[in-house]
Amino acid sequence: MEIAVTVNGKAYHHDVPPRLLLVHYLREQLNLTGTHVGCDTSQCGACVVHVNGVSVKSCTLLAVQANGTQVTTIEGVAIDGQYSAMQQGFWEMHGLQCGFCTPGMIMSASALLQNNPHPTDYEIRHALEGNLCRCTGYENIVKAVQYAAQNSGHGQSLGDGGSQTNGSATMHEETKPESPETPAELEHPRRDDATPEKPTTVADWEGENAGAADDAPMQQGGKS
Amino acid sequence: MTTAEAPGKMVGKAIKRREDPRLITGQGNYLDDIKLPGMLYAAIVRSPYGHARIKSINADAAKAHPGVVAVITGADIAKEQNPLPCAWAAGGVPNNVNTPRALAVDVVRYVGEGVALVVAEDRYVAHDALDLVEVDYEPLDVVVDAEAATKAGKVQLHENAPNNIVMHWTCGDEQPTAQAIEQAEVVVKQRILNQRLIPTPMETRGYISRYDSATGEYTIWMSSQGPHVMRLLLTAFVLGIPENKMRCIAPDVGGGFGAKIFVYPEMASTLYAAKIVGQPVKWVETRRESCAVTSHGRDHITDLEIAGTKDGKITGLRVHTYANLGAYCSTIAPGVATTLYGRMVAGVYKIPNVFVEVDGVYTNTGMVDAYRGAGRPEAAYVIERALDMFAQKLGMDPAEVRRRNFIQPHEFPYDTGIGMLPYDSGNYEPALDKALKMAGYANFAQEQAAARKQGRLLGMGICSYVEVCGVAPSKWIGLAGQGWGAGLWESANVKVHLTGKVVVTTGSMPHGQGHETSFAQLVSDELGVPYEDVIVEYGDTQGTPFGYGTYGSRSAAVGGTAIFKSVSKIKEKARKLAAHMLEAAEEDIIFENGKASVRGTPDSSKTIQDIALQAHVAYDLPPGMEPYLDETTYYDPPNCTFPFGTHVCLVEIDADTGKVTPLRYIAVDDVGKVINPLIVDGQLHGGIAQGMAQALYEAAVYDDDGQLLTGSLMDYAIPRADMLPHYELDRTETPSPVNPMGVKGAGEAGTIAAAATVSNAVVNALQHLGIQHLDMPYTAEKVWRAIHERNGGNGHVS
Repeated sequence: MEIAVTVNGKAYHHDVPPRLLLVHYLREQLNLTGTHVGCDTSQCGACVVHVNGVSVKSCTLLAVQANGTQVTTIEGVAIDGQYSAMQQGFWEMHGLQCGFCTPGMIMSASALLQNNPHPTDYEIRHALEGNLCRCTGYENIVKAVQYAAQNSGHGQSLGDGGSQTNGSATMHEETKPESPETPAELEHPRRDDATPEKPTTVADWEGENAGAADDAPMQQGGKS
Repeated sequence: MTTAEAPGKMVGKAIKRREDPRLITGQGNYLDDIKLPGMLYAAIVRSPYGHARIKSINADAAKAHPGVVAVITGADIAKEQNPLPCAWAAGGVPNNVNTPRALAVDVVRYVGEGVALVVAEDRYVAHDALDLVEVDYEPLDVVVDAEAATKAGKVQLHENAPNNIVMHWTCGDEQPTAQAIEQAEVVVKQRILNQRLIPTPMETRGYISRYDSATGEYTIWMSSQGPHVMRLLLTAFVLGIPENKMRCIAPDVGGGFGAKIFVYPEMASTLYAAKIVGQPVKWVETRRESCAVTSHGRDHITDLEIAGTKDGKITGLRVHTYANLGAYCSTIAPGVATTLYGRMVAGVYKIPNVFVEVDGVYTNTGMVDAYRGAGRPEAAYVIERALDMFAQKLGMDPAEVRRRNFIQPHEFPYDTGIGMLPYDSGNYEPALDKALKMAGYANFAQEQAAARKQGRLLGMGICSYVEVCGVAPSKWIGLAGQGWGAGLWESANVKVHLTGKVVVTTGSMPHGQGHETSFAQLVSDELGVPYEDVIVEYGDTQGTPFGYGTYGSRSAAVGGTAIFKSVSKIKEKARKLAAHMLEAAEEDIIFENGKASVRGTPDSSKTIQDIALQAHVAYDLPPGMEPYLDETTYYDPPNCTFPFGTHVCLVEIDADTGKVTPLRYIAVDDVGKVINPLIVDGQLHGGIAQGMAQALYEAAVYDDDGQLLTGSLMDYAIPRADMLPHYELDRTETPSPVNPMGVKGAGEAGTIAAAATVSNAVVNALQHLGIQHLDMPYTAEKVWRAIHERNGGNGHVS
C-alpha cells in the first residue's frame, strides 16, 4: 500500500506491505535505527515515537496507519545538533547506562512535560510506567526528567523537534553536575597491627614480599 | 600508589559519560541496527514440550514457501559441529557435563530448545515459515523441580547423569560443623528458596554471522559481554577451526547482567547457516524467546542451620543446596553454584565451623547460569536471612548480632576457611553504623510498635554483605583450583600517537558501565594528558588484545589495572627518551603530570606530547630504543577484591491486602576507590533495583509440564518506575590493597545486598505474628496468606 508520511520533517512516499509495523518501517526502510524493539507485547516502550505530537508505541501501529501523519523519532529531537532539554537531562543526570531504552524514555518523558511541565517525582514515575529500564533502577531517569522540567523554558518542544521549535531549551554541555551523593571519606583502617607475614600492600600481593599471596590461594583452592 | 586525590585530577570526579551523545540521539549501534549487503534473516522452530523425542521433521512446505532460502536441522549441523562447551566444570563435575547443540538432535529437554532454523530473505517471512515446519514429537515425562529430580523413579534427562545430578560438591569441614551444631546453645533451621529469575536485558540477544568462502574465515557480530572468549570457545570447541579463522565483534550492547557472557546455540547455528547459504545471516531474539532460552539465574532450594551461643556468637553454619541448572550445563553454570556461592556463605562474619553441600541438578527447564551477582546474591541471602532468624530466636537486635560476629579490620587479609581467597580488606562496622544512622534505626522499634497499634505493619531489614569481585588469579581459578579451564587475566594496550593523542584498547567489554569514560579518566591522570585526548576502544577481536570480558564486577580491578600498568610502561619509556632528549641522566628525570623534567632544573623539560612525537619520528632515539610509545599488559591479579557494605530497607505491608510497599532504601557501600562517582552510583541504583525486583516482584515459573508460565513481559514482572523507591546512597572507602588503584568493583553490589535486605524487612514486619521466614517474591497474595494463616484467618494483625 502507498503511504505518505513526514518523519522528522522530511516527506517520504513508500509502497509498504499492509502488515509492516511502523517500527520496522522506521528502522528497516528509513534506517532510523534509534527507535528500538525490546519486546513483542508492547510492554517495554523502547519503540516510542511521536505521531502528530502524541507518544505512541511504534510496535503497535502499522506503517499504513501512519499514512498522512507527522512522525518524530529520537533522531529528530535535537535541532541543528542542539540537544533538547530532555536529552541534556539524561546526559547530565546519568539517566542511561546501556542506552537501549533511552530513545523511548526520552520520547515518553518529553510527551509528559508537554502535558505537565512541572511534574512531581511521583507523576514522573507513573507517566513512565509504559517504559521499562533494566539498568538505572529509574533513580536518575526521574532526575533527568526533573532537569528537563527545570531547563526547558515553558515545557514546550521537548521532543517534537521535527514539527515544533526548540523553545528555550538550554544547553549546558560543559556543566559538570555534582554527584547526588558525595563519597564520604573514611579514615583507612590502620595497618600497624597487621601480622607481618600477611600481604597488605600492592607489592606484597604482587609477590615481591609474599609467600602468603602466592601460596595461600593454591592451598585453599584444593581444599574443598 | 600514584593516583592522587589532587585537585584537578579526573579520577574521583563525577563527570558525565562520553558514551551518551550517541545514545541520546538514536545513533547507538546495537546488533539489530547493523545491515550487511545480501543479509538474510533467521528464525528458529522451538520445542513446545518440556521433554520429547523428535520422531521426524518435515521441512518441505517451509522450504517451498516464497522467500525461504534454507531450513536447517540439528542433524545437519551435528555433522560439522560439536556441542557447545562448558567452560567451568567446577567442583569436580564428573564426566556428566551435558551441553546443548546448536539445534537439538533426537531429544528436546526444555520448552524453547531449538529444533530447526529457517533462513529467509525477510524477517517476517522467516517467522511465517516457522509454522510450516512439521515436527513430530513423542512427549516424555518431565521434571522441573530440582529436589524432585534427584529422587528415585524420576525421568532421567541424560544417560550419564544418574538421578539427574550434575555434581555433588562440598566445602568446609563436615564433622566439626556437625559437632558445633549439636553442641550449640541455640540452633535455627529453615528451608529457604531463592527463586529462578529471568535476566531481561532490554536488548535481547542477536547475532549476525558471515562466512568468506575464499579465505574460510567467519565474522560474527554478537550482543556479548566477552567477544574474545566467544571466539575461543566457538573456534576451539564448537567448530574445530583455528581462532584466527574467526573475528567476533560486539557493537553497542543493550545490557547483559551476565546473560550475555555465555556461548549460545544461536551463535553456532547462524555460523553454520551463513556458510551453507553463502550470505550473511542475522538472527535477533524475540522477547518471548529471551524469556525461555537466554540463561536464567538463581533457582536454589536451600536447607540451612545456623548455630550459636545465647549471647549471639555464631558457632556453626551448615547449608545444603539443590541448584537447578536446567536441562544442560550452560557455559559457567557449575562454577556459579559452587565457587561463587558456597565459598561466600560465611559473609562478613567469623564463623568457626562452616559446611556447604551443593547438588547441581538437571531438570526440564531453561539453563541457569550467572545472573548479576552470580552465586553471591544467593550466598548473601543464605547468611543474612540466617543471621536474622538467629537474632529473632535469641530476641536480640539483628544489628547487634552482626556487630558481634563481624570480621575485624585488623584481621585482613582474612581467610574464612572454606576455600575462598582471603578477603583483601574490610571495615564492616562503619558502613553498618552509617546505614543505621541514615535509616533512623535507633528509633525504629518504637515507631514499629506505635504503627502496629494503628494497624500498620512496618518492617526494617538489614543486610551486611561482602562479595568477591575482580575475578580472578588464574592459578587459583584454573584447573588446579576451582576448575575453570582457563585464565582470568585481562589485557590492555596503550598507544600515544605522534600528535600526543592516546588510544587505549581493552579486553574488557562494557555494556552500559561507561568504560569509555572511566578508563579515559584513569589514563588522563596517570599519563598527565587531557581527558579529551584519550579514547578507549573495545569489542572487536581484530584490533583489541585478548580479554576475558566484563562480568563479576571485574573491569576496573582487572581491566583497569592492565591499563594502569601499560601507562606505567609508557611512562618508563618516556623517561628514558626524555633523558636522551634533555641530555640528562635517566635517574635525574622526574615524570609528573605529563611532563618529564630534570631534577633541580624544572625549566629543562619535555611534555609527553614532545616525547611521543620524538618516539614516532624516531630519528634521534637512544641506542637500542624502538620507535613509538606503545605498550601492552596482560595482567593476572594476585587476588580477588571484596567490596562490602550495609543496606537497610523500610517497608510497609497493608495487612488487608498483603501488598508490600518499599518506603525507603538506604545503601552504604564500600567499593574501594571510586573512579567516577556518577557511574558508580548508577551501577548501585541498577543493582539495587534488580535485587528489590527479586524480593518483591520477579519469579520465573514453570508448571509441572515444563511450560514457562512467565514467558513474556506481560507476566514476568520486571519493575516499572512506579514500583521502586528513591535510593539513599552513601559510601565508606576502604581501598583494595591488591591493585595499585585501590578499586574493588561496583557492578553487582546492589543486587547482592538488596534481595536479602528487603526480605529481612518484610519478615521483620511480620515476625510478631510468629513468622520466621517467607519465601520471595513477596506478592500481595503470598503475604496476605501468610498473615491470615498465622491469625486463624481473622485478619487481625496487631
